[in-house]
Amino acid sequence: MRKLFLGATALTAALLATTAFAADPIKIGRVVHMTGPAAGGDAVSHTPNVKLWVKQVNDRGGLKVGDEMRLIEMVEYDDKSNPAEMIKAVQRLATQDDVDFLLSPWGTGFNAAAAPIFAKYGYPQISVTNITDEIPELSERFPGMFFTLGSTTGFVEGLRDTLNKLRDSGAIGNKVAMVNVADSFGIELAAVARELLPAAGYEIVFDKSYPLGTADLSPVVKGAKAAEPDAFIAFSYPPDTFALTEQAIIEDLNVGAFYTAVATAFPAYAGKFGSKIEGNLGAGGVNLDQEAMKAYRAAFTKHNDGPPEYWAAATYYAGLQVLEQAIEGAGTTDRQAVTDFIKANEFDTAIGAISFDEHNESRHYWTVGQWKDGAFNAVAGVGVPVGMEPVAKDGWN
Amino acid sequence: MMPASLRPLLVAGGLLGLAGFVPLVADGYWLSIAVTILMYVALSTSWALFSGPTHYIALSTGAFFGIGGYLVGLGMSDYDQSFWAMAAIAPFVATGLAALIGWATLRLSGVYFVIFTLGLAEMIRNLISWIQNNFLGSRGLYVLTDLDERHIYWMLLAITAGVFLFGWRLGRSRLGFALRILGNDEEVARHVGINTARTKILMFMTTGFVAALVGAVVAPRYYYIEPNVVFSPELSFIVVIMALLGGTRRLYGPLLGVIPFTLLWEVISVSFPNATTMVLGLTFLLIVYGIPNGITGLLSGFAARRSA
Repeated sequence: MRKLFLGATALTAALLATTAFAADPIKIGRVVHMTGPAAGGDAVSHTPNVKLWVKQVNDRGGLKVGDEMRLIEMVEYDDKSNPAEMIKAVQRLATQDDVDFLLSPWGTGFNAAAAPIFAKYGYPQISVTNITDEIPELSERFPGMFFTLGSTTGFVEGLRDTLNKLRDSGAIGNKVAMVNVADSFGIELAAVARELLPAAGYEIVFDKSYPLGTADLSPVVKGAKAAEPDAFIAFSYPPDTFALTEQAIIEDLNVGAFYTAVATAFPAYAGKFGSKIEGNLGAGGVNLDQEAMKAYRAAFTKHNDGPPEYWAAATYYAGLQVLEQAIEGAGTTDRQAVTDFIKANEFDTAIGAISFDEHNESRHYWTVGQWKDGAFNAVAGVGVPVGMEPVAKDGWN
Repeated sequence: MMPASLRPLLVAGGLLGLAGFVPLVADGYWLSIAVTILMYVALSTSWALFSGPTHYIALSTGAFFGIGGYLVGLGMSDYDQSFWAMAAIAPFVATGLAALIGWATLRLSGVYFVIFTLGLAEMIRNLISWIQNNFLGSRGLYVLTDLDERHIYWMLLAITAGVFLFGWRLGRSRLGFALRILGNDEEVARHVGINTARTKILMFMTTGFVAALVGAVVAPRYYYIEPNVVFSPELSFIVVIMALLGGTRRLYGPLLGVIPFTLLWEVISVSFPNATTMVLGLTFLLIVYGIPNGITGLLSGFAARRSA
């Protein structure tokens, strides 16, 4: 008994000794879609970046908060891709785990569902995979919510500008075939395009939607081909981005501009279709010439045995860098001070220098990318230099 | 002395009064669990009012819940309607739809009905998306209100109280009597002159009404409505599982299923953050093997043993 007591005392002393040397870790919470329909997006664009960032920061001794070096400790829960579970899990992180900061979740809807709780406990919410036209209204309601990946209208404007460049160079004419997935994202983008494209002198010769999860898209592509368009635009989700491209190859849909939305920027897209997608346009893109981007991509590739996708991944990593620099810059884990620091300063990140406007929006993002020589380079963007000028697509070879 | 039949009402009223104070004492975390519990109590209890006596397993909760949430989102975002107007309209739309569906399918028996309701959420989601896509357009279905979790909790509490009151009245009405006969033997019910189709349709409409109302009321909690999220087939299954866990023979049965189930779910989410879905599946298996008659069955088993 006595021996046990002595042992316990020694153990306590040892524990006290170690805590005296190392400061408490900074606890950072994240709700992850580990299972369910949104799991894929999280696994591609968010999770590997969080792992990379935590490793990098902890390898160099942690975050410098005032005079202390504090390691990062992640606390993560699965929400099964369900917003009600997300709400509970964010509450749990805020009140039961007492995390110092929270990372933003994946998806527009999930960011919206989490926003009231972030706001209630004063966490800054640097949202990335959250594309919406309601930025002014949301930032007014939630003063700690930041937007980094752009607005719905911004995306369609980027596409329109890309088409304009191709039209000016004589690569395409005015006839556009447009299809969209009948879910919130596709419906919104198509609704904006129906206003912007005709205003820019385009004629929408084919306009069809298909339900989420449609397996056979050959009638859609056949119909578009019969309308003899100069450009084909699809506001699509990952499965249909692949299916539409496959059908376009089968039908040999010959257009000067072929655009698909989500997942075009994924390495798996090029992995599946190889050289056939040379010249394909898609949502996202990054400027591969920037030094910071090169360094980020090299570190990511080394840590994850593969390159990151060419869209939200770099921006999500940039969001983590913003948080890191804001905590170190403010020199405290006081959340209001960190939020104020984010609003007031410019940050040096993987996607370049970014800062936030009066609506907490970072107007530094790429909107359209194009596949060329096995890489997806940005051809249109807002407030950022593009990697190259768009060129006409020349068949499916 | 008060009549014995009024005692449960008083007990329920007392509990309800106590439940009303939860938002004043619970912190954000427990309140969010309480909101989840109330939401499932309302859904499971109203589900059991129909499926308990009739033995028709309806997997349509997700469809009606989705109509509620989606109409609120659509009306507020695209037509500048108030939350209250949409929350008032949505349940009636769902009730109308339930009447149509019930009329078309409840004449069929057993398994056809189950399969049809399973596909219903998907069918309605596609139908609404198609209408929105082709005729309405959209700029993002945000439900921006000033309601917080406390308000949502109280609204759900009122709905739950309404469902219990309705269930209590039903148990003492001709319709409830007809339902019980129908559940025991539909042939017999028809022979004694009960209009079985009408009875079933009425009850199906009631569950549709409640599910849509609950969907509308919790929409401000989600802030943003995505069709593929609100029309969730998973919700339909969870409601059934919770009701069966509690037992459907008594009005308070589902309540006894929802509370432990939600807490258990929470414990699993916290303890196994990397394998939540798998552990949940194993738990289902254990429940089915361990307490096949639900918690109310378990309780009456204990009571019987004690008196014996």
